Amino acid sequence: MTAVGDRPIGFGPLKRKEDARFIRGKGNYLDDIRLPGMVHMAILRSPFAHAKINSIDTSAALALPGVAAVITAKDLETLGLAWMPTISYDTQAVLAGDKVRFQGQEVAAVIAIDEYIARDALQLIDVDYEPLPAVVNARKALDEDAPLIRDDKDGQLDNLASPTWEAGDEESTDKAFAEADTIVSRDIIYPRCHPAPLETCGMIADFNPETGQLDLYNGNQAPHAHRTVYAHVAGLAEHMIRIKCNDIGGGFGNKVPVYPGYVCAIAGSIVAGVPVKWIEDRSENLMSTGFARDYIMKSDICAKDGKITGLRVDVIADHGAFDSTAQPTKFPAGFFHIVCGSYDLQASHVKVKAVYTNKAPGGVAYRCSFRITEAVYLVERMVEALALEMHIDPIDLRMQSFIGTEQFPYETTTGWTYDSGDYHKTMRVAMDIAGYEDLRQEQEEKRARGELMGIGISFFTEGVGAGPRKHMDILGLAMNDGADLRVHPSGKAVVSLSAQTQGQGHETTFAQIVAEELGIPPEDVEVRHGDTDKSPYGLGTYGSRSTPVSGAAVAVVSRKVRDKARAIAAQMLETRPEDLAWEKGRWYVKGDPSVGATIFDITERAYSGDSLPEGMEGGLDAQVIYDPPNLTYPYGAYIAVVDVDPETAHVTVRRFIAVDDCGVRINPMIVDGQIHGGLAEGVGIALMEVITFDEEGNCLNGSFMDYLIPTALECPDFELGATVTPCPHHPLGAKGVGESPNVGSPPAIVNAVIDALQPLGVNHVDMPCTPARVWAAMQGNAAPPQ
Amino acid sequence: MNISININGETVTRDVEPRTLLVHFIRDTPGLTGTHWGCDTSNCGACVVQMDGQPLKSCTALAAMCEGHEIRTVEALEVDGKLDPIQQGFHEKHALQCGFCTPGMLMTTRALLDENPDPTEAEIRMAISGSICRCTGYQNIVAAVRWAAENAEAEVQS
Repeated sequence: MTAVGDRPIGFGPLKRKEDARFIRGKGNYLDDIRLPGMVHMAILRSPFAHAKINSIDTSAALALPGVAAVITAKDLETLGLAWMPTISYDTQAVLAGDKVRFQGQEVAAVIAIDEYIARDALQLIDVDYEPLPAVVNARKALDEDAPLIRDDKDGQLDNLASPTWEAGDEESTDKAFAEADTIVSRDIIYPRCHPAPLETCGMIADFNPETGQLDLYNGNQAPHAHRTVYAHVAGLAEHMIRIKCNDIGGGFGNKVPVYPGYVCAIAGSIVAGVPVKWIEDRSENLMSTGFARDYIMKSDICAKDGKITGLRVDVIADHGAFDSTAQPTKFPAGFFHIVCGSYDLQASHVKVKAVYTNKAPGGVAYRCSFRITEAVYLVERMVEALALEMHIDPIDLRMQSFIGTEQFPYETTTGWTYDSGDYHKTMRVAMDIAGYEDLRQEQEEKRARGELMGIGISFFTEGVGAGPRKHMDILGLAMNDGADLRVHPSGKAVVSLSAQTQGQGHETTFAQIVAEELGIPPEDVEVRHGDTDKSPYGLGTYGSRSTPVSGAAVAVVSRKVRDKARAIAAQMLETRPEDLAWEKGRWYVKGDPSVGATIFDITERAYSGDSLPEGMEGGLDAQVIYDPPNLTYPYGAYIAVVDVDPETAHVTVRRFIAVDDCGVRINPMIVDGQIHGGLAEGVGIALMEVITFDEEGNCLNGSFMDYLIPTALECPDFELGATVTPCPHHPLGAKGVGESPNVGSPPAIVNAVIDALQPLGVNHVDMPCTPARVWAAMQGNAAPPQ
Repeated sequence: MNISININGETVTRDVEPRTLLVHFIRDTPGLTGTHWGCDTSNCGACVVQMDGQPLKSCTALAAMCEGHEIRTVEALEVDGKLDPIQQGFHEKHALQCGFCTPGMLMTTRALLDENPDPTEAEIRMAISGSICRCTGYQNIVAAVRWAAENAEAEVQS
């Protein structure tokens, strides 16, 4: 590694460039922005889950001093904005006109001179609702007598949200089960939870009636895709829409979709002719923006001769009232069919049926990598259940069934081609850190004393970096990413990205990629993103796709610049380009390393009056759009150790060992930070976080009072390890990793809880493993969350 | 009503409604948007400032109640271009990612170290348990506070 002092030029644990402003309170988040003449918007929301709207009287609100406008569905209809398209080719009401379909749904928007008055005015809007029976339980959504939620859709006669989707082969799966010597079945629920970024969603819309220019300040994860959507919906040209994402206080998948509040703010600014700011509060965030999970999974797994051979899964997916699930067009259940996991199965079959219910829309969010959280939870729970049934150590069963290193690239029975892996090695590293044999010994001794200690395993394979344009698009837009690199005459550089950081450290790590490839120190490489006028087109940051796609783009664009630099160096050194060799930051003559030109010499030349190779343009810059040939498939071995209090059923995660393999690590410090954060989410999901509803469809977890997020007291010190199995098709050998810890950790914790409860004969508990739910399981009354 | 609050050593006078929350008063004062608003039930701690040296969730105090008190925000941690060790520690130990909880965490842990210059890990975790972080899993925040405790002389030098 080339270095300036102790600072790496290229890969290594470089401290973050972003920190300087954040530790001083000088970040620039959405709500920090104040524009001249800016007014504020607040949204009136439905108190009912399902109700007809007979009338909306806004006169008292409009009469309140300071109120500029009250917008309802009727006003939006005149602009063609009462409904908006979703990423899943469904429609979603922007403001409810005919009826409301979930509690917390947007009904009216008030624009006022300040946020206090805007909220006062909400109280003065009189809506006449006629309550209707609500569909709450997804299992009953298709019953004949279930109330029809989407009567707005022509030909929609039931609550089926999309056609049943299948992957794998049913016949060969049936054969594997017929030949099996052990079969285990389980009903497994991945309950609804919420990404809950600490900064909520919002928008400042600034429409200029004189020029027709629409400036949008909005912390979203895919600014270019949003701009295209707004252009289609609002009938404006893309060059007249500029989205500026400044600092984003966490996204976690919550900030991928377009929300009704954004559209209302845009409509409000068009109507009012001044900038309109809308910032939702926490309750609005939890009750109305993209939830995560909510998969009800019925599954069978089988083994023959000590090896896992087959898996089948039948899913009911609860999509809420509008199907706004964020996923590539051809994948209505996301990448759930990666459910074969890390195992060399004979056959598998997946069936997913999506239904409407009277709940908020969403589904894909919260580090799910397009439903891989659900897939990994399912397969790792099923493997653990199978090991229990077979009376075999769960690690032994996994080791015997793993895809072997020599089998990569490996094609799964559901059609994925895993790039690389050495699963046995990574599992052994985790066992070593954990002291696995000693842990089992300790557990035996504790059991003899009546203490409840559990050890849970999760070994997962992720699939991140969507994706190849021939398979993957969102709303018809190929899932590729751009990079634009400009080296200035001084030798300092700017790299512009279509990826959009929300805390993942892109401003640091993408500078490291340029530094690694060109030898320009990372502090001299400015990373820019989040301004659609200034950055190249691409699909943004989610699905851990930044390193696989944008990271590759930055490597490739750097190499383009390096190739041009080589031609210039050849002229400078009076030799042929093919006679030059590269070391970080310098081209030199093969066989005579003392004769060379640094990237700085070359840059100077590129902008100088001196001659360049014939036909070459001056300057030193390049642009690419990267189309990845495949996803990257990072993986990991996780071991959780829990203690369950026999008196209170309280679960403590005492230890958590996480060994991740994401190929080449650009910045190990940042990778570890990503893993810590994702593991904390996993602790929350496994033990505390859930969104539930009562029979009338009232959301019971609509604030931080009852949507419980782990604090420093619930999280253990995580014990991390790493193996490095590079991605063969990625220019840097790097795989994505940001979502791995959330994907991998919940099954380890739940498996540990069930392992702890073995002396009581408990073989299943659903998340979240709250004291009440674990206690019920200990009494033989395990009940799923509603 | 017209109120004056001492914020970071300067008196800020504004005409506000009695219901104005301190967090809004601070943020609406030009330039002091480091203090954030992350929830509506007083759970998250993104809005923590110090009032007379004690951490306070500024979303749960009326501005009018703070007249005559001294408020200190994240913007005041750096003095004459010199970072507070707690700021430095957060950078050294990668204790922030999106940065949204950071100002509240910094003010909370500054108050902790003022009272207890050598806290144990358990004491640190207890002290920050009123603040939610979605990015870091807390581990590096604990390490950063320890770093600041062990490098406290940096502040003395300034």
